[in-house]
Amino acid sequence: MPDEVLDCRGQRCPLPVIAVARRMPELPVGTVVRVLADDPAAAVDIPAWCRMRGQEFLGTVTGPDGPAYDVRRHH
Amino acid sequence: MSASPVYLDAATAAPLHPVARQALLAALDDGWADPGKLYTQARRARQLLDAARAAAAETLGVRPDELSFTPSGTAAAHAAVLGGLAGRRRVGRRLVHSAIEHSAVLHAAERHVADGGEATSVPVDRLGGLDVDVWAAAVRAPGVALAALIAASHEVGTLQPVSEAAAACADAGVPLYVDAAQAVGRVPVPGGWSVLSASAHKWGGPAGVGLLVVRKGTRWESPYPADERESGRTPGALNLPAVVAAAASLRAVAADAAAEAARLSPLVDLIRSRVAAEVPDVEVVGDPERRLPHLVTFSCLYVDGEALLHALDRRGFAVSSGSSCTSSTLRPSHVLEAMGVLSHGNVRISLHRETSAADVERFLAELPGIVAALRAEAGVVGL
Ligand SMILES: Cc1ncc(COP(=O)(O)O)c(C=O)c1O
Repeated sequence: MPDEVLDCRGQRCPLPVIAVARRMPELPVGTVVRVLADDPAAAVDIPAWCRMRGQEFLGTVTGPDGPAYDVRRHH
Repeated sequence: MSASPVYLDAATAAPLHPVARQALLAALDDGWADPGKLYTQARRARQLLDAARAAAAETLGVRPDELSFTPSGTAAAHAAVLGGLAGRRRVGRRLVHSAIEHSAVLHAAERHVADGGEATSVPVDRLGGLDVDVWAAAVRAPGVALAALIAASHEVGTLQPVSEAAAACADAGVPLYVDAAQAVGRVPVPGGWSVLSASAHKWGGPAGVGLLVVRKGTRWESPYPADERESGRTPGALNLPAVVAAAASLRAVAADAAAEAARLSPLVDLIRSRVAAEVPDVEVVGDPERRLPHLVTFSCLYVDGEALLHALDRRGFAVSSGSSCTSSTLRPSHVLEAMGVLSHGNVRISLHRETSAADVERFLAELPGIVAALRAEAGVVGL
């Protein structure tokens, strides 16, 4: 289960990625954030951001709130 | 401050080549009649069409009767896919294609699937190169009627392993269609294919002319209502002056292609290295070596692609983008998606015969400031 949910529904890219990038440093290492984002670009850009920033992309979950992306703060 | 225009979107449409302009103007006077008729004016038009076909066929190394002119590269791609599938419908109804085909090919595939056919999409790696092992397995499956592979990615420039893909198709007895729109007139296209398409405005010919080549012995059947023009491969009266201009400019660019590649490729290397070094948080995508000589793509983290296009345009730079906000469907480029690379803040630069080193230098000098200003405006500096 995620420790925190970031609701970025209705936001267009790059806003969901910016939201994760802002929130991550405020959280302890190891925290899992679930990003709710319905912009189709988020499916590409959140994993790509994790790779570029050395954060851990845990996967995509599609639930009742639409697509969500789980990211763990790695450093 | 006024900025002189620098056009960097040749992969969409290259500026008209002077040979194309000259041929077009001459053919407007000389080639307006219908080449199918039996009077003097028509015979002149027929001569022009025959000469254009012979020249284009010679440049591509095919027989003139294998080559048809079409109303666009898109029309040629549709005919290649649907005609290749129709010709082998008794064998099966499956199309195998790469995940990074042009939308013209993917839309033809969607039509095929909507009509009850099947399609297999073969993935690419992070650099945009085809997974040849998956491809080889896919074409070996039963019921494959046709395989489609783009010669070089129109979005990231990565050259595809056409020879290896063709060998796998030959082993499996499956005809290969190659969409060579970005390769023809720029780089040699490997052999081994059965069907090929190209588009004149990518090499400096006029828009609205495509090439469709169907090699002898290929089972291909027109997907259109009957029309005997262009060997029955594409219906309707041709825009003959544009066809003449396309063939004349193809011959000219093909003759210069090696020298142009040698001039432009180092400029692309320069863009690749300086953008990576001088713009923070940027991902330069596509294969750094196995690539087209004139095309380079990069994505800037936290930057809105549409805002970046407009900011560049205000400074006189015309570029293209695969970011979702710049597309009519608001979806990110399927090519960037298939590669798993950043899709926002994306810029595609494509050079042409009028691009100078000074143009590239000015672009490189201005880009870091433009990106920094957009990031400052969005409040994302230091993220
Ligand atoms: C690889 C590729 N195939 C096909 C096309 C379609 O060509 P046209 O613009 O002539 O319809 C293009 C041009 O966008 C292309 O880049």
